Amino acid sequence: MKKLLKYLKNYKKELIFGPFFKLLEAIFELIVPFVMANIIDKGIAGGDTAYILKMCGVIVILGICGLGFALTCQYLAAKCAYGFGTELRRAMYSHINSLSHSSVDKIGTASLVNRLTNDTNTVQNGVNMFIRLAVRAPFLVIGAAVMAVTIDVKLSLIFFIAAPLISAIIFVIMRKTVPMYKKTQQNLDRAALLTRENIEGTRVIRAFSRQQEEIREFGTAVDDIAESSIAVGKISAILNPAAFMIMNLGIVAIVWFGGVRIDAGNLTQGELTAFTNYMTQILLALVVLANLIVTFTKAFASANRVSEVFDLPPEENGSLSPSGSGVNIIEFRNVSFAYDGAGDSSVRGLSFELKAGEMLGIIGGTGSGKSTAAALIPCFYRATEGEVLVDGANVLDWDRDVLRSMIGFVPQKTVLFTGTVRENMRWRKADASDEEIVAALKTAQAWEFVEKMPDGLDTFIAQGGRNLSGGQKQRIAIARALVGAPKIIILDDSTSALDYATDLRLRKAINEDMEGTTVIMISQRTTSLKDADKIIVMDDGEPAGIGTHEELLLGCGVYREIYDSQMNEKEGN
Amino acid sequence: MFVTLKRIFSYARPYMAYFILTLICAVIGVSLSLTAPVFIGKAVDCCVGKGLVDFPELGKIAAELAAMVIGSGIFQWLMSLCTNKLAFLTVRDLRSDAFAKLERVPLRFIDRTTKGELTSRVINDIEIISDGLLQGFTQFFSGIITILGTLIFMMFINFKIAIVVVLLTPLSFLAASKITKATHNSYARQSQMRGEMVSFAEEMAGNQKIVKAFVYDSRAEERFEKINSEYGKIGVKATFFSSMTNPTTRFVNGLIYAAVGLMGSLGAVGSLSFVGRMTVGNLSSFLAYSNQYTKPFNEISGVFAELQNAVASAQRVFSVLDEEEVSDDSGKAVLENCSGAVTFENVFFSYDPKVRLIQDFSLDVKPGQRIAIVGPTGCGKSTIINLLLRFYDIEKGRILISGKNISDITRDSLRSSFGMVLQETWVFTGTVAENISYGRDGASMEEIIAAAKSVHAHGFIKRLPKGYDTVISEDSGLSQGQKQLICIARIMLMNPPMLILDEATSSIDLRTEHRIQRAFIKLMEGKTSFIIAHRLSTIKNSDVILVLKNGNIVEQGSHSSLMKQDGFYARLYNSQFAS
Repeated sequence: MKKLLKYLKNYKKELIFGPFFKLLEAIFELIVPFVMANIIDKGIAGGDTAYILKMCGVIVILGICGLGFALTCQYLAAKCAYGFGTELRRAMYSHINSLSHSSVDKIGTASLVNRLTNDTNTVQNGVNMFIRLAVRAPFLVIGAAVMAVTIDVKLSLIFFIAAPLISAIIFVIMRKTVPMYKKTQQNLDRAALLTRENIEGTRVIRAFSRQQEEIREFGTAVDDIAESSIAVGKISAILNPAAFMIMNLGIVAIVWFGGVRIDAGNLTQGELTAFTNYMTQILLALVVLANLIVTFTKAFASANRVSEVFDLPPEENGSLSPSGSGVNIIEFRNVSFAYDGAGDSSVRGLSFELKAGEMLGIIGGTGSGKSTAAALIPCFYRATEGEVLVDGANVLDWDRDVLRSMIGFVPQKTVLFTGTVRENMRWRKADASDEEIVAALKTAQAWEFVEKMPDGLDTFIAQGGRNLSGGQKQRIAIARALVGAPKIIILDDSTSALDYATDLRLRKAINEDMEGTTVIMISQRTTSLKDADKIIVMDDGEPAGIGTHEELLLGCGVYREIYDSQMNEKEGN
Repeated sequence: MFVTLKRIFSYARPYMAYFILTLICAVIGVSLSLTAPVFIGKAVDCCVGKGLVDFPELGKIAAELAAMVIGSGIFQWLMSLCTNKLAFLTVRDLRSDAFAKLERVPLRFIDRTTKGELTSRVINDIEIISDGLLQGFTQFFSGIITILGTLIFMMFINFKIAIVVVLLTPLSFLAASKITKATHNSYARQSQMRGEMVSFAEEMAGNQKIVKAFVYDSRAEERFEKINSEYGKIGVKATFFSSMTNPTTRFVNGLIYAAVGLMGSLGAVGSLSFVGRMTVGNLSSFLAYSNQYTKPFNEISGVFAELQNAVASAQRVFSVLDEEEVSDDSGKAVLENCSGAVTFENVFFSYDPKVRLIQDFSLDVKPGQRIAIVGPTGCGKSTIINLLLRFYDIEKGRILISGKNISDITRDSLRSSFGMVLQETWVFTGTVAENISYGRDGASMEEIIAAAKSVHAHGFIKRLPKGYDTVISEDSGLSQGQKQLICIARIMLMNPPMLILDEATSSIDLRTEHRIQRAFIKLMEGKTSFIIAHRLSTIKNSDVILVLKNGNIVEQGSHSSLMKQDGFYARLYNSQFAS
């Protein structure tokens, strides 16, 4: 929480002068009843028309000055808040980029996006409102009290009873209601979740004839919302009437004791009017403050969510750069890995060596740890046990960016980005030439359709690649990883949307065009991996066998089973 | 607008008592509070100067003031309570109705509407109605009473100054509307920049792992910074412009205050003859009124904006509530002892009248047969399922199940005779066990585990942090294949007389699929089943394979007979293995 304050440090000037101008405005506002008191006491009592005119002029001038001060403050507040927000977002995004995959998993990308956009906005708004309004309320309260004291010390005692009383009521009510608002919000979130899930699962719900149960469940959810809203409403409904009563009873007291003071000659009629005016001002200021507290509570909650992101430590980084000295380009030494909070390891006791230019296949069932094992190579995750070595050095010692720049990675889930094909193809290498790009597209069997598109490399890809078919997206994603001659290519089951023929051509092209490149191919098809120099068979997180296709057919039961199941279907018996 | 308002209030009808009480309390509470300045003014007039204070009168006034204040406070409090009940109970009913409606609209409606949009109507739009309309209404109402009340009191004290105040009022509006206009442009630009920032963040931070894999981070940061700083600049402008409203109207109100002070004082002195005589007390209460009088104007213009929002939201909600519903079938026969015979007789159907899809489709399925439906994307495979389960109603022809026309039996009994697994998996937020037992409440833990084991899901479920008690959801990190296994386990537990498997194993690896096949075969024994698959290998053992193309059956027969025909199916089948 406190850590976020440092993003305000460039805006100290605004942070000081903003409230300062607000203070000036409040003072000018407070002088008005005072001037009016003088009009009554001197102007009216003395029948001095000129004085009245002059003083009303003063009120107008006070108003103009007040307006000027207020606008200055609003401007400074906006400048400070948005300056702060901009710096906060910049730092936050940069921090997000420094996080490890485990940290990203912890918060979840959807939530990260939310925190980066919505929460920073809420905090920014909180800063803005703080400068503009939060300072104004205490100023007005204190100012009005000071003015009251200068008019009549004894009578001002009423202020010192009423103001704390109102503040106490606000405090007590807020302390009770703020957690209740949270509860209401949770109930609302639950209703939203139920609605979303219901719409998504309409077919299943109807197929199971569960509509009535779902309606009933939603009914309890909305009952909860109504109940918690009404409960919180009951308490917060006390606030305004209670403050109104205390203030006006204060005025009753002022009127009565004021009468006593006037009778004794210690107070004038005009001063009494001013007194009641100040009382009203205090109340209004406090009520505004009460409403602001809701804004601040939200801002604090958001600030905490933002802080949580900053609290995640950045990914540890080594400093090693490639030496090319390793005998093996990749080596696993008894590697195990468990995701944070998972009950069981996803990869256990994996050891293998791979020489530069070799092809490694990884095969296995759903959730057998194939992708997890591959993700350890670019050090997306850190092995919980054992060592992963790339080019002879532990990946933990590598400079992360250098390590990852060596690797062309094609994730299982195809993601393309808004922009042209060319822009997408330049992800690995910012200054890749069109020749390099076309070559990569050719290898990935993507050039055949990109070429035919009306705008070729300038074809615009909509968000998420909506305007391309699954197979086209996959091939562009593969090509994207090939640009800039990576030393290692990891294909994480990334040919699933391709038909067998294209898949075959793709494998051939990678073999021919990318000579000397180490290829790691994860697949569920034995046919795709047949030519690999080494195949690892993963079964429930453990290597069930490592070897060539022929060796595994003879020596590995699991591999044999996979192979047979696939051959059976091919032969059509 | 009024039609919509009327309709919203029709939802409030059961809570009419609260509504009426709200209005009564508002009138009493506000009126009482408005008398306060009169009493204060009178009190001031009792205190003319040293030794001249009329204490008996002052005491009386103070007591009256106190009574008024307390009374007003109590009524304001009651008003809030009534408004709360009115608002939240009305909104609860509206929301329940909207949700229940979603269970009754034809799937055609849900399929063509964006899912996020529908959710937003049930949740956000109704929230806006609650905030804007029902709460705004009371604010609006008490605002109007305050304005009218203060005006009456002011006129009562001094008619002429009151007229001046009324004449000056538009100044405040004028200033506010001028500023709003000036603000509009920079606001539009700000929300555009914000949109850009959100979609950039969604794309980049949403795919953070890929950004890392490609070491794209510094370039992404540069791009983000461009949007971020632009947003910051425009934000300062937009926020500053919009925040000008309050000080400006405050200034205008200050001018009104000064004008009242000037005229009142001159009147009190007697140098402004047309104003008439005023006491100091009169002036003091007049000043208090002019302060109170201007305040609701700001509020009301805010309430108006909210009201418009609320009406727009209400229209969106009502448009859902006005959707046509599926016909009521409560009086229809219940399908019992389903034999498993299914007959399509000259069925015609299309989603879009302009694009003919299924035409004159006939098919006779004997009990226990295994029917596979294959064909290229968009040929109408899943449509057959939509029609069979009456997610969509056919246009012409008949579908008979167990000899009964499906339009003559209840949808629930029809659907519960099928077990269905779809390509699009659906798990809801709940534990794994709850998800598996969705089709059969009260299934024992042993049965649930047995079902999970039969589809080879037990292994990964065991590894989840809390095993079967782990709460899962659509995006809780389960892979597509794992979710599909859970959906299949659901059916295993149900044991329905007929089965529909629509690409049920598309996300599951071949080895696991192969193992599940055994469980499927066991499950399908003696049951009529419909299987849609793109991996043709999985359907070879079917009794009948239907090859669909553009909504028509082009070929029909067993795998071997179709292969012998060497037609469309054979081509489709061989293309899979061209390596």
